[in-house]
Amino acid sequence: MLDLLWRSARRGASRLALLAIALGVALGVAVSAIHHSALDEFESGLRTVSGTADLEAVALRGMDESLYPLLARLPDVAHASPLVERELDVEHGGRALKLRVIGLDAFRAGAVQPTLLPPADAIGTLLEPGRIHLSHAAGRALGVQPGDTLPLGRDGHLFTVAGWLPSAGTGAVLAVMDIGEAQWRLGTTGRINRVALRLREGVNRDDATARIAAALPADVQLQTPAQALERADRLSRAYRVNLGLLALIALAVGSFLVAATQAAAIARRTGEIAFLRAAGLTRRQLMRMLIGEGALLGLCGALAGIALGHGLAALALRLIGADLGAGLVSGVAPALSFDAAASAGFGLLGVTSAAAGAAWPAREALSIQPAQALRAGHFTAVPRVLHARRRALATLAALIIAALAALLPPLHGLPLGGYAAIACVLAAAVLGVPPLARGLAKALPDFSAVPLALARARLLAEPGFASRSAAGVLAATALIVAMAVMVSSFRVSVDRWLGDVLPAELYIRGDRDRAWPTDIEARLAAVPGVARLETIRHRSLLLRADLPPVALIARPLPDDVGRVLPRVGASAPRGVLPQVWASEAMADLYGWRPGQEVMLPVTGQALHVQVAGLWRDYARQHGAVVMDLARYRTLTGDHAADDFGLWLDAGSDASATADALRSASGLGDSLELTSSEEVRRLSLGVFDRTFAATYALEAASALIGLAGIAAAFAASASARTREFGLLRHVGCTRRQIAAQLAAEGLLSALPGLLLGLLAGFAMSALLIEVVNRQSFHWSMDWVVPWGWLVLIVLAMLAASTLAAIVGARGALGVAAVRAVKSDG
Amino acid sequence: MLTLTSLDKVLPGSPPRVLLHALDLAVAAGEYVAVIGESGSGKSTLLNVVAGLDRPDAGRVCFDAVEVSALDDDAATLWRRTRVGFVFQAFHVLPWLSLRDNVALPLALAGVGRRERHARAQAQLASVGLGDRAGDSPTQLSGGELQRVAIARALVHRPRLLLADEPTGNLDADNAERVAALLRNAVKDSGACGLLVTHSATVAAGADRVLRLGRDGRLQPVEVRPDA
Repeated sequence: MLDLLWRSARRGASRLALLAIALGVALGVAVSAIHHSALDEFESGLRTVSGTADLEAVALRGMDESLYPLLARLPDVAHASPLVERELDVEHGGRALKLRVIGLDAFRAGAVQPTLLPPADAIGTLLEPGRIHLSHAAGRALGVQPGDTLPLGRDGHLFTVAGWLPSAGTGAVLAVMDIGEAQWRLGTTGRINRVALRLREGVNRDDATARIAAALPADVQLQTPAQALERADRLSRAYRVNLGLLALIALAVGSFLVAATQAAAIARRTGEIAFLRAAGLTRRQLMRMLIGEGALLGLCGALAGIALGHGLAALALRLIGADLGAGLVSGVAPALSFDAAASAGFGLLGVTSAAAGAAWPAREALSIQPAQALRAGHFTAVPRVLHARRRALATLAALIIAALAALLPPLHGLPLGGYAAIACVLAAAVLGVPPLARGLAKALPDFSAVPLALARARLLAEPGFASRSAAGVLAATALIVAMAVMVSSFRVSVDRWLGDVLPAELYIRGDRDRAWPTDIEARLAAVPGVARLETIRHRSLLLRADLPPVALIARPLPDDVGRVLPRVGASAPRGVLPQVWASEAMADLYGWRPGQEVMLPVTGQALHVQVAGLWRDYARQHGAVVMDLARYRTLTGDHAADDFGLWLDAGSDASATADALRSASGLGDSLELTSSEEVRRLSLGVFDRTFAATYALEAASALIGLAGIAAAFAASASARTREFGLLRHVGCTRRQIAAQLAAEGLLSALPGLLLGLLAGFAMSALLIEVVNRQSFHWSMDWVVPWGWLVLIVLAMLAASTLAAIVGARGALGVAAVRAVKSDG
Repeated sequence: MLTLTSLDKVLPGSPPRVLLHALDLAVAAGEYVAVIGESGSGKSTLLNVVAGLDRPDAGRVCFDAVEVSALDDDAATLWRRTRVGFVFQAFHVLPWLSLRDNVALPLALAGVGRRERHARAQAQLASVGLGDRAGDSPTQLSGGELQRVAIARALVHRPRLLLADEPTGNLDADNAERVAALLRNAVKDSGACGLLVTHSATVAAGADRVLRLGRDGRLQPVEVRPDA
């Protein structure tokens, strides 16, 4: 039976449909495989650093080292191990790497993090100054051997590689040194970043956690290793989900392609189907056979897609990195392993979408009347899959479901309602093609040119063909338009935002882990040519253990905050508490609203502040809070500075001023001094690179959609050979038939393009207002790139016309002439 | 007048099959000639060669003053458009055009204005007994009716050469008789040359001459009886 099905499926199969399914599956599998490899690597590193710890006290900006003995003495704690951690850019032999450098107390780490220790006979070398031990992964990535030296830190102090960390996980890219050496060389004297804790046996974990948390200052967070893993997973979730959406749309296009080719194959095989029905094949068996053909095609595409997906993932990991260019994770390219869950999931989706694509035209096959079809000279009936009323109801239902789904909140941080709404919009648009095609054909004048008249008559008689052939183009157009509007809106909004948040001409960026000298502000302000100096202080706050840290930015805020912050919505009246401005992400993730009183854990104390209003922040999707610098300093006593914004005197020599600033800072050429214009250029460059992958995917979707037109016309042409043969007999030239096919391609694609355009606008609204809002927690201005859209529509229209001719070129050959003869 | 001179046509293959060999034939205006022969003997190929749809390997096809076999594809198409009417066994009526538009198709190709072509198509349909169904879809017609539409289409542009390939092959006896009579009358009324390929002795018997296309690729006159 399977053999029969396979032979049957091969007759109806289209390589393009197979390719589309394979591409959709491959994309989904690749994104998932890359993510899991990255997460496996992160988990491996995490398990190495956390060891057997039950809990970890973590302070991103460091905590006073006196906290360690305090924690170690708590009755619930059996063992405690303090760590200093830094992530440093390291170069060796032309290879660059972000290396996680850990300083530990060898005597304490043995009980909690034995995975971070060298072999027992080499532990002594860990205490020697200027010595580090590397994990094998780090050694391989840098190409170093024991005895080699590595420059670490801003001052480039040379460390000698003393040996390996044999118990470190295979994905852990790290270096270990003595904690005292680390504090000295990394400039964090008196500070530690993490204390790993093992609880005493028999204590109630929840109670112990509560007691330990109560003993910690506000800016030190208590977390379990699992919570750290959850945070890493969240980091790239939104990015993955957006690429996953593109994979699903590729599968939808593939499904439409299967429908188009299967419909034409059924038209071609009417006699065969009629014979099988006459020979005793029931309608149910026929339906199963045709859907089985689609499923078998989907299975082949899925298997090819799974293999291709893993190949793409391996390539992407090698060329772009585990974050697909989004800058979310760092380290060496992780090893790729077979992603069974994604392979099964997307494979099943591939099979299902192909089977669904086959089910659509299979209903037409059921309406074939064997007695009529077996008669010579019969007509292939063109039944309507949906009658006008049912079609209108289905369209309306799809739009209502889309509207309701768009209102749903995110589920586990995922904008599933938005995706469901996008799917419904796409379905409604596809349902709308036949009536629009018929309406369009009716509205057209009765052409005197025969090819146009024939094309119009055919579209009028069989509007469903437009739906089958142009569904792929519709989906591809909708995707391109939606992405073009979204990306354009995003880019313009980011550009405007950069103008708002970077008002100064020059910016100096400080080293986050090393404080400036106390008189730095005065030194910089005194530089000739500097008209004004603005100090900016950054802090990182962990407000919830299961969410990534939030940025606290203290900078001078004028009374009219809107001049320096792109505000969103209304602001709260000033109250008694100090005011902060929260980014949109804070409202989404933490539920902060204007006027609300909230607590910020800063410098070991709990600051009670009022949310004055919301602002748009494209730099920190996990949340940021801005408060006035003077107020911050008064409240916290923290007078340190991180970054500086500088306005120059009119007519001053920017180059000479920059040199003077380097000299005044004491850092010379290592001072990070950038113009706001440069930041803007770099930011937009990163933006464009991030979206480069989506442009490629859009192009692939467009090609698949056009392939759908070509495939539909190729299959239709082979079913219409006798028709073209007749036209040649009665005096139609090849050019006239080509013109007729071009007109049919144009008229079939036009409704698909128009509805694709409308669906694209609706989808862009859903992407901007629902999907991006729920994934990245930021809003954007609506910007439609009209010029691009006109070009896209015209290009798609021309390409559809060409695809129809290319697809049906067989109809112009001698075979068509011979097809009408009934005898040799 | 249709003149075929020393026509050769070989079907390539292993071994090659001779379909037409040194074939000569002349059909006068108003003459109705039937060609019979075994299946696969090359009867339809003969019609295609006459219509300029297929090229002979050797020999000439001339119609009136035109050497059809020397025309290129476009020129042959334009000649066929105005001079030839075709009737097929499987009707080949386009299901997505009305009967009127199907019949008017050759006129549309010839550039005849909409009003005139509709009027002529209507009249032609009336001449085959389908004048009251001009706006109907072909899907509502029986086989005999469809063949009458095909004949109306073949005659509407007043061709000088009428070619029919098994026109009654899919029809019952009554309808076959009616269609055969229509074709014969059309040739006689218009003074066109008529060349008919058929298996039916009854239909062939209505022709002025009956020729058999033999396995040797040549035409031989034969006598047929209507009930044979």
